[in-house]
Amino acid sequence: MATVADPAVTARAPRRPRSPVLHFIFRLFREKPLGAAGAVVFVLFLFCGIFADVLAPYGMNQIAPLKRLRPPSLDFPFGTDNLGRDMLSRCLYGAQLSVIIGFCGAGLATVFSTLIGIVSGYLGGRFDLVLQRFVDAWMSFPALIVLIVVVSVVGPGMPQIIATLGLLFGIGGSRIIRSAVVSVRENMYVHAAQSTGASTFRVLWRHILPNVLPPVIVLFTTNVGGVILAESGLAFLGLGVPPPAPTWGGLLSDSGRTYMLQGPWLALAPGLCLTVVVYATNMFGDALRDLLDPRMRGSR
Amino acid sequence: MQAYVIRRLLALIPTLFFASVIVFVTVRMIPGDVIDLMLSQNDIAASKMGREQLEKALGFDTPMWIQYGKWIGSILLHGDFGKSLWQNTPVGEYLTQRLPITFELGLMALIVGLLVAIPIGVYSAVRQDTPGDYVARSFSILMLAVPSFWLGTMVMVFPSIWWGWSPEIKFVPFSENPLQNLSQMIIPAIILGCSLSAITMRLTRTMMLEVLRQDYIRTAWAKGANEKLVVSRHALRNALIPVVTLIGLQAPLLIGGAVIMEKIFVIPGMGLLLLDAVSQRDYPVITGVFLIVGVAVMMINLVVDLSYGLLDPKVRYR
Repeated sequence: MATVADPAVTARAPRRPRSPVLHFIFRLFREKPLGAAGAVVFVLFLFCGIFADVLAPYGMNQIAPLKRLRPPSLDFPFGTDNLGRDMLSRCLYGAQLSVIIGFCGAGLATVFSTLIGIVSGYLGGRFDLVLQRFVDAWMSFPALIVLIVVVSVVGPGMPQIIATLGLLFGIGGSRIIRSAVVSVRENMYVHAAQSTGASTFRVLWRHILPNVLPPVIVLFTTNVGGVILAESGLAFLGLGVPPPAPTWGGLLSDSGRTYMLQGPWLALAPGLCLTVVVYATNMFGDALRDLLDPRMRGSR
Repeated sequence: MQAYVIRRLLALIPTLFFASVIVFVTVRMIPGDVIDLMLSQNDIAASKMGREQLEKALGFDTPMWIQYGKWIGSILLHGDFGKSLWQNTPVGEYLTQRLPITFELGLMALIVGLLVAIPIGVYSAVRQDTPGDYVARSFSILMLAVPSFWLGTMVMVFPSIWWGWSPEIKFVPFSENPLQNLSQMIIPAIILGCSLSAITMRLTRTMMLEVLRQDYIRTAWAKGANEKLVVSRHALRNALIPVVTLIGLQAPLLIGGAVIMEKIFVIPGMGLLLLDAVSQRDYPVITGVFLIVGVAVMMINLVVDLSYGLLDPKVRYR
């Protein structure tokens, strides 16, 4: 993602021999320490998710009936649940699911936002007007309600949930891309390209898209947190990825709520994971926004 | 002002139309025939009726656009949302029962949110870059990340472990016992309000900071007004105008959050109605709730926009 900041960064510090990626990371740590901390947690979360199979001390669904409802200890840092499954391992596998859902969902959403935003913002006119009324209508439905309704029709499952989240966040986020496109559209280089007879597709692809990439990247980062949170809300209501898959929201509602009085740690651990990851993602997203796209400051 | 109201109302028509299409299409056009699903999984409704009866009850026996026309026509003309597949009760009856409860919860959460957000936001701006400001800002960013369903669960767990206290589960309507009803609703309202307050707090702070740098504030200081007067009379009034818009933007979050709170605290509002309908695949109820929620959010936004026009002279005369 830092390669995108390339032109701006090198323009500001042309003589610096350092690679633009490193320079961007340096700027992040120097100017936005809290955002950098968020980035570290974010990377750690990614790492846990990708290597969950290696990191988890026990299997995802490894049952140990004799060790049920053990409070946190050295053997089981997060305790065990009602079937004696290790909560740490389950939270790690939960991170894996969150990574998959967060990245696929946010990626899909960003693609949708960019497509809708670019087309609507660039073409303008009546098309834009009608499409924006549609977006208005779409945005007046609470995300969670749309998710519940869609899942009630298509049934719970990872692909459906990712697709719905992608569509949901995608249409909502298209506003941000659209407003960026509207301001880019009036630039001289766009008019120049148009007057040399470049096709609409070429203008969009070569001239508009590269110039709205900063908000696109920021949108992706903020979407990751939002998507993860939305999925856990859904899982908490029992409509997420079906058990025994250990999503954080699911962990909280299954064993967490049923056995909360015997084992309060069961409700504590997944919620903490969720809060820390979403907090870190928000901080990282805010810092990215400030560094890459100062215009969007305070838009959330 | 009149032109503004008319323009705003006209813009509502296409949006409402699209909303109804979204509701209709979401429930009907999704891959995988709903009826097949209902029959194959031996749903309660499916076991009572045959395939044809089900198709008829859901109106699937006619082309799509006729189905839409019938559906929206009976809602607009007769206020008829169809009947529940499960209990044969008109969906409209459910909606009129449940809507006020969710509305009450949402309103209480909104009030709590504003009561938390505005004073802290103002304090944070007036004492910019002091430790108090940092604490307030960290709190607001944290509240953005803490999922309300987790907070709700924690409120159920820890007080009952520590003090043996747990929230009342049996719901009492406001008309029966207002005091008990409010004491039941206040905890979910506080949780919901706190998570909403984060954004409001940030916006209040930003707007206050902007307004406090204006010339008229300097004039107010120069003529010797004290801080209380400058902040409350001159600054806050102007800073709060954009905060009003935020209420409209937060309406979907408020209703979405209400669903979760209703589930945790067993409050029989729209959210619980939707979840029950989903578990029984009661499509007329699902469609009804879906539509009403969307329309409610639009109406809230309409009211917000109109009151914004009243509050802000710049909008009024445009």
